[in-house]
Amino acid sequence: MYKVFITCEVAQKGLDLLNEAGYEVEIFPGTPPVPRAILLDKVAEADALLTDVDDMIDEEVINIASRLKVVSNNAVGYDNIDIDFAGKNNIAVCNTPGVLGESVADFTWGLMIATARFIPHAVNNVLTGGWTRFDPIPFLGFDLYQRTLGIVGLGEIGTAVAKRAVGFDMRILYFSKTRKYQLENQYGLQYCELSELLQRSDFVSIHVPRNPETHHLIGEQELQLMKSSGILINTARGSIVDQAALYQALQDGVIAGAGIDVTDPEPIDPKDPLLTLRNVVVTPHIGSASTDAIDGMGITAASNIIAILEGKLPISCVNTSDLS
Amino acid sequence: MGDKKKVFVTRKIDPEAIELMKDSGFDVHIWQDEMPPSRDILLEQCKDASALLTLVTDKIDDELMSQSPQLKVVANMAVGYDNFDVPSATKRGIAMANTPGVLTKTTADLTWALLMAAGRLVVQGDRDVRAGKWKTWLPLGYLGQDIYDSTLGVLGLGQIGLEVAKRGLGFDMKILYFDTYRRQDMEEKYGFEYSSDVETVLKKADFISVHTPLTEETYHLIGEKEFAMMKPNAILVNAARGPIVDPKALYEALKSNVIAGAGLDVTEPEPILMDDPLLTLDNCVIAPHIGSASVATRNKMAMLSAQNIIAYFQNKPMPTCVNPEVLSS
Repeated sequence: MYKVFITCEVAQKGLDLLNEAGYEVEIFPGTPPVPRAILLDKVAEADALLTDVDDMIDEEVINIASRLKVVSNNAVGYDNIDIDFAGKNNIAVCNTPGVLGESVADFTWGLMIATARFIPHAVNNVLTGGWTRFDPIPFLGFDLYQRTLGIVGLGEIGTAVAKRAVGFDMRILYFSKTRKYQLENQYGLQYCELSELLQRSDFVSIHVPRNPETHHLIGEQELQLMKSSGILINTARGSIVDQAALYQALQDGVIAGAGIDVTDPEPIDPKDPLLTLRNVVVTPHIGSASTDAIDGMGITAASNIIAILEGKLPISCVNTSDLS
Repeated sequence: MGDKKKVFVTRKIDPEAIELMKDSGFDVHIWQDEMPPSRDILLEQCKDASALLTLVTDKIDDELMSQSPQLKVVANMAVGYDNFDVPSATKRGIAMANTPGVLTKTTADLTWALLMAAGRLVVQGDRDVRAGKWKTWLPLGYLGQDIYDSTLGVLGLGQIGLEVAKRGLGFDMKILYFDTYRRQDMEEKYGFEYSSDVETVLKKADFISVHTPLTEETYHLIGEKEFAMMKPNAILVNAARGPIVDPKALYEALKSNVIAGAGLDVTEPEPILMDDPLLTLDNCVIAPHIGSASVATRNKMAMLSAQNIIAYFQNKPMPTCVNPEVLSS
């Protein structure tokens, strides 16, 4: 009987698949991440690992893993796994792309409108008795319709965000390393350089991956290029935006608002001055937190394990070419 | 100054609208306090006013009009005018105006903000981060409802309902609507699906948004029986009028997970009472009636109100008069 060791919280629908396949499934019972010693102990007997991005699967782990055939990451990213060394040992490394994009795009829009219309600030006023009369002046926000949305990075998520603008009658600009002519035609997008996008957009939404090139891609200089009525949205990675520069820009009225689902570091320091501002919305990295998206991740991660163990084609394997 | 006509404006509004009236030769008096003028102050100001620019909180009834010998026109900065006694105004030959059309899309945007805030826990997330309650990334925490590929149920496909429905297209939503007046043109143009009864919409939709006017027929349109028909994952959104939804039944439905969440821009009464149990629920997002609250739209509403007043005295057609019969006589 194959043994599967699970280090992290996985959707029940994924666990059900593994149990139905008749495997011996062991789940780390404590609070993740799993301590290194326990991981090393468990991996020695495991045929499959179901991990998340906090678990370092390096040479030491792989050397101990004499029976291991697959490491299935419950995530899109797999920076935590030494895929070359895994390949040399004929261990498949799998991930879960394609199941999160739509949920993150939904959330990006939710955050964008919440920021434009000061929803958390207004709601908190209701909760604390600040709503005493109908008054035309407080809580005045910004319209979305007939304004311009600038998308930085037109990958899977950036495209899904662009697609959603149609019913809002918005103009869409995008910046991407490569032009995407087909998408331009399909969704009526206009390509421009980053500096022009920042100058022309009322809303700027970040959808690039984190890498050395995108570190602090949006800093003081870039924020200065934005409109004073501009709103910045980041549901990608915290370090893409220079957080200190963002605070200063919001405080000084260089831009009008920001909605960020990601911070640097995470969780954000409760004393971070950003949290004192009324024109910022900060959420706890919940872009992909929908029931369906989490189920989709768990099902994909479990299906990848079953496919590898049963000698079938997995949904997504990132080192197929290294395997024999 | 003596021969200038007096306009009393009951709250601070867009200065451009004030300037427009001053430039047109009016003597403009603006109530400067944060709270609305009291009844006594309103009556006092009306004694020599030729025009009023009001909000929904100012009651313009027969008693007030009987004590306002100069009054010719009242312009309300709102679409609704429940605060006006229109028959009495018509009898007295006083013209009344509202501000339709200019706030449609802004209100549709806000409706979507509430739909998504309730569906994806935006407000709760922000509150927890600020309170330092968020300690680590939780794969199974703050799980919300996906919007894409789900079904949006729209009750009332008027101007605002239509704009709300259109916004679902980019999210690949199936749009189901009920209205007493079927819109086959919109079904063909946008692929909306018509339901001849409210019940079907309640049973099939994942997100339900109310866009009917408040009338005797729509009072507590959504009550205990209606909540029981909804899916357990359903989210109810109300940016129309508070009394369309029975607040006690809503509280019970949210508390006992008959439905998953609600987003309200309107309550019964307004402002909501501080001991209302709805305020204790994490799955209920309540905004302070800000559907039309964008800078651009509120300015358009103020300008439209001012234009109605000016048009009356220049003997030009009022853009949006609710009792035009007084103008022809």
